[in-house]
Amino acid sequence: MVGRRDLVSRIRRLYLPLALFVVGGLFPFYWMLITSIKPNRELYNARVMPLIVHQPTLKHYVDLLYETNFLTWTYNTMLVAVVTTVVSLVLGTMIAYPLARLRFPGAAVVGIGVAATYLVPQPLLFIPMADIINRLELGNTLTAVMLTYPTLLIPFCAWLLMGYFKSVPRELEEAARIDGASRFQAMFRIVLPLCTPGLLSAGIFAFTLAQNEFLYALTFLAKSEVRTVPIGVVTELIRGDVFYWGQLMAGALLGSVPVAIIYSFFVDYYVAGLTAGAVKN
Amino acid sequence: MAVGPATIARPAPLTGRPVTLRALLEREGVFSWILLAPGVLFLLAFVAYPFFYGIFLSLEDRRVASPGIFVGLANFRALADDAVFWQVARNTFIYVCVTTVLKLVGGLAMALVINQSFRGRNLARAFLLLPFIVPTALSTVAWMWILDPTFSVVNWLLVHGGIISSGYSWLGNAWLALWSVIVVNTWRGMPFYGITLLAGLQTISPDLYEAAAIDGATTTQRFLYVTLPVIKPVLVIVTMFSVIFTFGDFQLIYALTHGGPANATHVFSTWAFDIGMSAGQLGMGAAVALAMLPALAVLIVGLTIHLRRD
Repeated sequence: MVGRRDLVSRIRRLYLPLALFVVGGLFPFYWMLITSIKPNRELYNARVMPLIVHQPTLKHYVDLLYETNFLTWTYNTMLVAVVTTVVSLVLGTMIAYPLARLRFPGAAVVGIGVAATYLVPQPLLFIPMADIINRLELGNTLTAVMLTYPTLLIPFCAWLLMGYFKSVPRELEEAARIDGASRFQAMFRIVLPLCTPGLLSAGIFAFTLAQNEFLYALTFLAKSEVRTVPIGVVTELIRGDVFYWGQLMAGALLGSVPVAIIYSFFVDYYVAGLTAGAVKN
Repeated sequence: MAVGPATIARPAPLTGRPVTLRALLEREGVFSWILLAPGVLFLLAFVAYPFFYGIFLSLEDRRVASPGIFVGLANFRALADDAVFWQVARNTFIYVCVTTVLKLVGGLAMALVINQSFRGRNLARAFLLLPFIVPTALSTVAWMWILDPTFSVVNWLLVHGGIISSGYSWLGNAWLALWSVIVVNTWRGMPFYGITLLAGLQTISPDLYEAAAIDGATTTQRFLYVTLPVIKPVLVIVTMFSVIFTFGDFQLIYALTHGGPANATHVFSTWAFDIGMSAGQLGMGAAVALAMLPALAVLIVGLTIHLRRD
């Protein structure tokens, strides 16, 4: 039997703080959701109790899909995220594999370079990058962001994958090579399949990072048709003195859905990816 | 012919040619560099080159659509005389330091709470990480609405709770706006600390706690002398990562306040954007961004050394 004092202590140490964290963490999403389904007469009437919806409506969603370029932005975001994730995963693997498992001249320099590249923040690079993109005449094209996102994603993937590649026992690879497998075959048939969880983690994370990217997209994409969801929402759905909040929240919510869905399927891979660097296995 | 030790055990190739393409590919160095070349060249072209080109730009008076004029350190001298620059530096410092402390303390509390065993723990963990996963700009616009001057739900709660008589203009007042961006950054970043520190906590063997309990250690003592020392390495790495990324944060502040009111929430990145992109002064903008470099370099070098030592 759980005694009364145990229960009180459990409420104080577990349920109460847990409830605070959950409510505080999720309230903005709740607020997004109910704002997006409230009619304007509820949203902009100070006398209506705001915490719940009295007469839900889908008007803001309909307006969002018909009157703005939201679907185009969604398509752009998905296209860019998928392409850059695949490219970064491939190039990241090609960098991580030798760094983790092979001896070669220049290994230390490449290792430090990749780590430093991962940590250099975008604000340091976006102005010269904007000039470079202009000179390549890639302004207002999705190619501009497809070229620049991998600069963020490749070092991340490489850094994450190195840990996984290192964990595969060398004996497995050596056995395969004694049986006549080439280095390439050993990599492709032995090491990479064993690192599928790592590849999945890196891929999902890269996809999320690509969906989250803001600064490069804001800098390079000034035309509505080429914008991504975060840029479109922030630059076009916020409109001066008009009441726009319902539509804005609908956009923010719909824009978050793809990431949230993928996240819900692969929570464990996310957490593994997040903690791989911080906690040594 | 140089053959690596790993290849000695291979059966002799059937063809008798001395250096086949395949034999070349079996050399560790050659194979490594063939794999590395595309990625390394890409990073050189799109990270290393822009970085050095940025330094070059910062030494020019360079406006959009006109050729640059070399001005040496004039941009940096102008910045040093600009009161806004020092305000931006102060804002950045406050923003990074305060959010780091809040995220660290809050994240540690979060980790300790979830580390207890209860039903639905994995679900709770999944939900708590959500603020970190959702695109920042999108969750930030929700905060914009939560802190709206006229219809803020925070004001509604405070007024109807009888705590204040009339609502605050959260994003309109310099001090409140700075606190607002700090709170939103903490809200978004705390789960990162919470979940990684939780992983650290889970490496602590229960035996350690038992031993400490047998020795009569109190809860506080167990936390200070068992928990903290074990998770210290994780704590250090998570904090260093977070400081570097918070330092380079752009979208949260850009979306929430645009650096306003009256530069009260501008940090280096948002101010550099205003000068370099909105006002088209590429040279000066690059100089503002580079002003981050000294502090950043110390952090990056420190973390790189720390990571490679392991």
